[in-house]
Amino acid sequence: MQPTSHLFRENSRAELANGTLQAALGMAKTGFPLRRQAAVARLPEFEALREAGRAIKDHVLDNLDFYLERYERHVVAAGGQVHWARTAEEARDRIVEICRSVGAKTVAKGKSMVAEEIALNDHLEKNGIAPIETDLGEYIIQLRHEPPSHIIAPAMHLLKGQVADTFRAAHRDLDPARPLDEPRTLCDEAREVLRPRFLAADVGITGANFLVAETGSGIIVTNEGNGDLTQTLPRVHIVMTSIEKVVPTLEDAATLLRLLARSATGQEFSSYTTISTGPRRPGDRDGPEQYHVVLLDNGRSAMLGTEFQDMLRCIRCSACMNHCPVYAAIGGHAYGWVYPGPMGAVLTPTLIGLAEAGHLPNASTFCGRCESVCPVKIPLPKMMRHWREREFAQRLSPPVYRGGLRLWGWVARRPALYRAMTGITARAMGLVGGRRGRFRSLPLASGWSLVRDMPAPQGRTFHSLWAERQKRRPAP
Amino acid sequence: MSEARNAILARIREARGRGPLSAETARQLEERVTAHRRNLVPRRAAALDRAGQVDLFVAMAEEVQTSVARVASAAAVPEAVARYLASENLPAELVMAPDPTLDAYPWNEWPMLAIRRAAAAAGDAVSLTPCLAAIAETGTLMLTSGPERPTTLNFLPDTHIVVLRAAQVVACYEDGWDLLRAAKAEGLPRTVNLITGPSRTGDIEQRIQLGAHGPRRLHIILVEEERVAGDGEAEEPGGHLGGR
Repeated sequence: MQPTSHLFRENSRAELANGTLQAALGMAKTGFPLRRQAAVARLPEFEALREAGRAIKDHVLDNLDFYLERYERHVVAAGGQVHWARTAEEARDRIVEICRSVGAKTVAKGKSMVAEEIALNDHLEKNGIAPIETDLGEYIIQLRHEPPSHIIAPAMHLLKGQVADTFRAAHRDLDPARPLDEPRTLCDEAREVLRPRFLAADVGITGANFLVAETGSGIIVTNEGNGDLTQTLPRVHIVMTSIEKVVPTLEDAATLLRLLARSATGQEFSSYTTISTGPRRPGDRDGPEQYHVVLLDNGRSAMLGTEFQDMLRCIRCSACMNHCPVYAAIGGHAYGWVYPGPMGAVLTPTLIGLAEAGHLPNASTFCGRCESVCPVKIPLPKMMRHWREREFAQRLSPPVYRGGLRLWGWVARRPALYRAMTGITARAMGLVGGRRGRFRSLPLASGWSLVRDMPAPQGRTFHSLWAERQKRRPAP
Repeated sequence: MSEARNAILARIREARGRGPLSAETARQLEERVTAHRRNLVPRRAAALDRAGQVDLFVAMAEEVQTSVARVASAAAVPEAVARYLASENLPAELVMAPDPTLDAYPWNEWPMLAIRRAAAAAGDAVSLTPCLAAIAETGTLMLTSGPERPTTLNFLPDTHIVVLRAAQVVACYEDGWDLLRAAKAEGLPRTVNLITGPSRTGDIEQRIQLGAHGPRRLHIILVEEERVAGDGEAEEPGGHLGGR
C-alpha cells in the first residue's frame, strides 16, 4: 500500500472528528487492557516469563544465522522448501512463481502482517490470481478495500452496521430480508460465504508466529480456525514469514506462547495453536502436497547491531497499541501504513524510511505504558527517542521546530540562565493567569492550545520548590 | 535465490561483527537445541497430583466453552456420544477418525449411531477423534495428524467430539512436547493441533462469537477408568498412541 505516514497530522485530525471511528475505538479502549490485566493477575510467573521471553529472543538475535540455517535444514528434511527474500519484491515474485507453477487461480489467506507489509494482495491480483482473506476482520476490510487498523483486530475501526452494509454490497446472493443486525448473524454470513472458497482454493497462504529451528516447523496462533482450513484444504501451503520469527526449540516456543495470548487478547491460550512441519506424509488423507516457506528480510537484518535491534524481539501481540493513549484517540489508519501504535512508530521508519514516517515516533507522550506491558520488554519510548534524534540530525523536522529545540538546548545547558528565565516566566504567567487559573490560548503555541488549556503556573518553579523541600528534609 | 540467502546471512554476520560461527560455538548451540531444556514452567499445573491435573484441565476447558462429560469406563463412550448428540439435537451421524485406538469402544452396542471412518468432507456435521494428550495448564487438547487422524476432522464439522483418557492429561506444554518426541523417532507429524475451546472471533465490535470458521462446539468425553482401576500404577500418558 502507498504509505500516508507523512500526512500523520492531517490523518489524526480527520480521525479525531470521525464519529463512527470514535465510537468503535470507545468499545475497544477498555476491552483488551482489562482482559490482559485479568490474565496476567492469574499467572504469578508472568513477570519472570517476560524476562525469559526477552532472553530467548536476544539469544536468537545473537545467533540468527545459525538458527535460520538450522531451521531451513529441517524444513527441507521434512519435504518443504525455503525461499529467501531480501525485499518485498523478491518475496512477492516467489509467491507468484509458486502459484503459477500449480496453475493457481484462487488463494485462501490466513491473516499475515508480513503479507500486508509486502502488499501481497495487490500483486496477486495484478497477476490474475484472486486472494481471499479468510480471517473475519481481514475479509471485511478486503471487501472495503481498506488496510487493517490493528495488527490482531484488523476491522476494529468499524461498527457492525458498517459491516452489514459491506456484506450487503458484496454478497450478491444475499437475501435482502436476511437480518444482519448482530455480530452473530454477520459472523454466520461470512462463514457461509467463505466455506466453499476454502474448499475451492488452490493455494493457502498463512503467516507464522514462530519458526522452530529444532524441528523446521511453523507455528500459527489463531482463534477462528481459518488459518487451519487455509493450510489443510488447498494443495499448496505457503508460509509467508520473516527472519526474526525463528526460535531454537519447542520449549522456547512454549515460553513465548504463554506470553502471547495473554498479552494480546487476555486469553489464557488462543483457541488454535498449530505446529505444521512440511507437506502431507505418505498415507495422509488430507493436508497440502507442497509446503513452501518464504523467508523475508526487508530491512530486518539492517536493524541488527543498531539501537533498533531490540525491536526484532517483537512477537506482534498488540499490547503496546492496546495500551497507547495516542492509538486510543486516533486508531490505526492515521499511522498511514501497515504497523500502527508504538511498535509501528518504531518499526515503520526502518521499513519505509524516516522521511516518510518521521511523524510517527513523535506521536507519543512517552507515558511508558507500551514498554511496561510489552511481553518481551522492548524499550519502545527509548527507540522513539532515537528516531527523534535521527530526525533532528538529518534535518528532517521543520525549521521552526529545529530552531526552537536548538534555542531550548542552548538555554538548558546554562543552568543559572535557565533558572532565571523559568523563574521570571513562571512568576509572570502566574500573575497574568492567576485569576482564571488557566490560559485559553498561548502566543507562538496556538496549535497546542487550540484543543486544550494551559494551567497557569502557581508562581514558583519546580526547581525552586524542590530545592526548598530538600532543605526542609531532615538529614539522614 | 541462494543469492538472496547468502546476502541475508552475510548481512547478519556483518552486523554481528564476525564470520560464520566457530565450530565450537555451533556445537554449543546445537547442544542447546537438542537438550530440550525447559525454561520457567508455571506451577499452576505442575504442582498438582494427577487427579488435581485432571480437575484443572476440566475447569480450564470449561472456562473457554468446551463441554466435558466424564465417563467411568471405555465401555460407556458410545453411549456418551449418543447422549450428547441427542442433547444438542444433532443427528446420530458422525465421521470418525479411522484410528484403531477408537476400536476399543463398543460402537456395535449403539447401532443407531451412523459412523463413517474417513477424513471430513464438506457437509459433515459431527466428527469424533482421539487425541495425543491434554494439557491441564490451559485446558488444551493436543491432536496429531497421520493416516489414521486426518486434520480436517478437527476443523470442518460444526461439532467436534474428542475422546480423552484421564491418563493422557499432562501438566504443561513441555510434557506434550516430550510425548510428541516419544511418539516419533524423527521430526514431528505434519500437523500438531493445540485446541483450546471451540472456534471464536471478536472481530466485530470486540464481541466474542463462537464458531467463526472452525467448530461451533467442542465436546470432550473424558474416560476415567485408570482412576477407578486403582491398581496404583497409572498408565503412561499418551501410552496407546506411542511407538507409532
